[in-house]
Amino acid sequence: MSLWQKHAIFEKNSIVLVIGVLIVIAIGGLVEIAPLFYLKSTIEKVEGVRPYTPLELAGRNIYVREGCYNCHSQMIRALRDEVERYGHYSLAAESMYDRPFQWGSKRTGPDLARIGGKYSDEWHRDHLREPKSVVPGTVMPAYPWLAATDLDFDHIDDDMKVNAALGVPYTPAMIASAKADLKTQASADPDAADLVKRYPKVLARDFDGNAARITEADALIAYLQSLGTLVDFKLYDDKANIR
Amino acid sequence: MAAAVASKPMTFGEGGSAFAFVVLAFLCTIITAKAYTPEYAFHASLFAIGSAAAAFTIFNRYFDRPAEPAPLVIDGKPNYNMGPVKFATVAAMFWGIAGFTVGIYAALELAFPALNFDLPWLSFGRIRPLHTSAVIFAFGGNVLIATSFYVVQRTCRARLVGDIAPWFVVLGYNFFILIAGTGYLLGITQSKEYAEPEWYADLWLTVVWVAYFLVFLGTIMRRKEPHIYVANWFYLAFILTIAVLHLGNNAAIPVSVFSPKSYIVWAGVQDAMVQWWYGHNAVGFFLTAGFLAIMYYFIPKRADRPVYSYRLSIIHFWALIFLYIWAGPHHLHYTALPDWAQTLGMTFSIILWMPSWGGMINGLMTLSGAWDKLRTDPVLRMMVVSVAFYGMATFEGPLMSVKAVNSLSHYTDWTIGHVHSGALGWVGYVSFGAIYCLVPWLWNRQLYSLKLVNWHFWISTIGIVLYITAMWVSGILQGLMWRAYTSLGFLEYSFIETVEAMHPFYVIRAMGGVLFLIGALLMVWNLWQTVNAGKPESAVAPKLVPAE
Repeated sequence: MSLWQKHAIFEKNSIVLVIGVLIVIAIGGLVEIAPLFYLKSTIEKVEGVRPYTPLELAGRNIYVREGCYNCHSQMIRALRDEVERYGHYSLAAESMYDRPFQWGSKRTGPDLARIGGKYSDEWHRDHLREPKSVVPGTVMPAYPWLAATDLDFDHIDDDMKVNAALGVPYTPAMIASAKADLKTQASADPDAADLVKRYPKVLARDFDGNAARITEADALIAYLQSLGTLVDFKLYDDKANIR
Repeated sequence: MAAAVASKPMTFGEGGSAFAFVVLAFLCTIITAKAYTPEYAFHASLFAIGSAAAAFTIFNRYFDRPAEPAPLVIDGKPNYNMGPVKFATVAAMFWGIAGFTVGIYAALELAFPALNFDLPWLSFGRIRPLHTSAVIFAFGGNVLIATSFYVVQRTCRARLVGDIAPWFVVLGYNFFILIAGTGYLLGITQSKEYAEPEWYADLWLTVVWVAYFLVFLGTIMRRKEPHIYVANWFYLAFILTIAVLHLGNNAAIPVSVFSPKSYIVWAGVQDAMVQWWYGHNAVGFFLTAGFLAIMYYFIPKRADRPVYSYRLSIIHFWALIFLYIWAGPHHLHYTALPDWAQTLGMTFSIILWMPSWGGMINGLMTLSGAWDKLRTDPVLRMMVVSVAFYGMATFEGPLMSVKAVNSLSHYTDWTIGHVHSGALGWVGYVSFGAIYCLVPWLWNRQLYSLKLVNWHFWISTIGIVLYITAMWVSGILQGLMWRAYTSLGFLEYSFIETVEAMHPFYVIRAMGGVLFLIGALLMVWNLWQTVNAGKPESAVAPKLVPAE
């Protein structure tokens, strides 16, 4: 009996075929995915990465809602021109609290992994309202509704609870003060001492230039201004984390 | 009435599914009332209305149907259940036209951004997922369901298992498409590429998919043939693997049952790996294995020749499904994904070239002794050219997975062009070919016009060539501009200069898309005429066979 004839067992028995397929497709996925959860080298040891503030998290959810990933990556590759154009290559640690990850796959627009602090709030405001007003050749759509829509943060503490359940280090105190923290971060003249204690390096100000309201633009700009700013690369030791 | 009911007991399937739909309608009404956002309330109400309509239809059908279940065999021939196949075929053409149109609109938005009109639901970030889902899952998915339900019945010589179940699969799947598509426009998305639908749509799809698997497997188990035909191996691997991928990549916890928002259980680098394990194998199993099953049934049927090599199809099958799963990390070269995973992904992507071309050879060589039919039969030509495009795309893929090449191609339009040579050339053409075969078979008509098929073929082929070449040029151009340095060692181009350089290619790409759509519209007209004005198949004179 040749080996070819032995294949009849798969052709004559559907359950054997099903089991065979399941085993064959399981191997590659298991080998590539499972080690990422236990190999300590997967995520670099680095100071400064913290969970998003409630306002940043709300802003990130707007980034997700509008599908920004379709045109913008958040992943600077370890290539000379990218590092010179965008800054230090991205670390796995910098997106360790990102659910979902937003590394992206297409750069119709530039990478945003280190956009934080590169432009003023005013620039972002104008750019979101009418991109051509600050970048004449752009093909980006305008997002005028963001500054005109009040941010819905009634359930932001529930969002943080789910993240905490999944392993993001939000403390009960952070969750309890979520709404207050969100308002503090978006207010024009904040008393942000508590907020800074909970979320080091947080930027607290009126992001959308409209002190009377907390809008979706407040949240999105707060998120964008935080991107890539948490790790101090003057202190970061590249060599220690070579994998 | 009572007497009729007494003489006609309700089946367990009818009673159980009607009960389940009534409960679902009730629950969705509550969710509609308490939803956190109006968009979610809209979706919950769609679920409530859909469930109520399903329960009503089940009861209505019960009162109208004969007491006996449909016979499995009539006059010694299997009593095939082609209703769901017909529905999915029509749905495939509908979604195909819709998906191509949205694709052209998205392409035009990149060429002329004023077309975003400052409207949330028209902005590129929401339109682009609508295009990808409409063509992959709505068009491609319906083609796969239609052909798989057709092929499994014919090759097993058995009626589809289940009475309501096949209809549940077809209608439930298209309801999922409706929820997913309207969700993107309303801003309900997970923002995971090709897995954008939120948790409740994912749950619904899981139920539909399990039913699909059971109907398909049950029909195989009912077969009158000792062997399971090769096309069914590929369909089975497609259904099983998509189930595994869907569950793995969409594992999420909703904020509340009253909220459309959920958070994926994976984070950062692990989520990236899981996403591209899913994403690449959505290509490998949805767009490849499933459509290879179409190749293995429709090309031999249409050419009237046996599959070239039985042994090659065994190697093709097992090697393809084993190797594809490993290729995901090539979407993450030079990123924060550990190097060992990138290298594994690249290695297996290159090896994958071999089974891909093995399959291509098996499909093309099936025409041995029938090559002359390419001159006379544009439907067969379309399917053969699709296999050629498959060969081209599966050569380009391994090439782009090489890290050095990927450093240039990644993040650029080259990827978009590569995807479309596979999507328009391979998936599109093999689907069109299969539907050109299926519609005359299902409605028992002669195809209205082969000449129109010829026009469809040439117009859309020119469209594909325009599309792919425009994206090659724009992708490689932009990749080179990003890394260009001046003699003084500075980056030569600002980012916006590289965006502005893309404009002419975006216009050409949109024109290519328009040609592809025109071809598809010719096809719809042709099929419409086939069903409504075509000559019945029986009226055709018997084919003369030359004396040996």
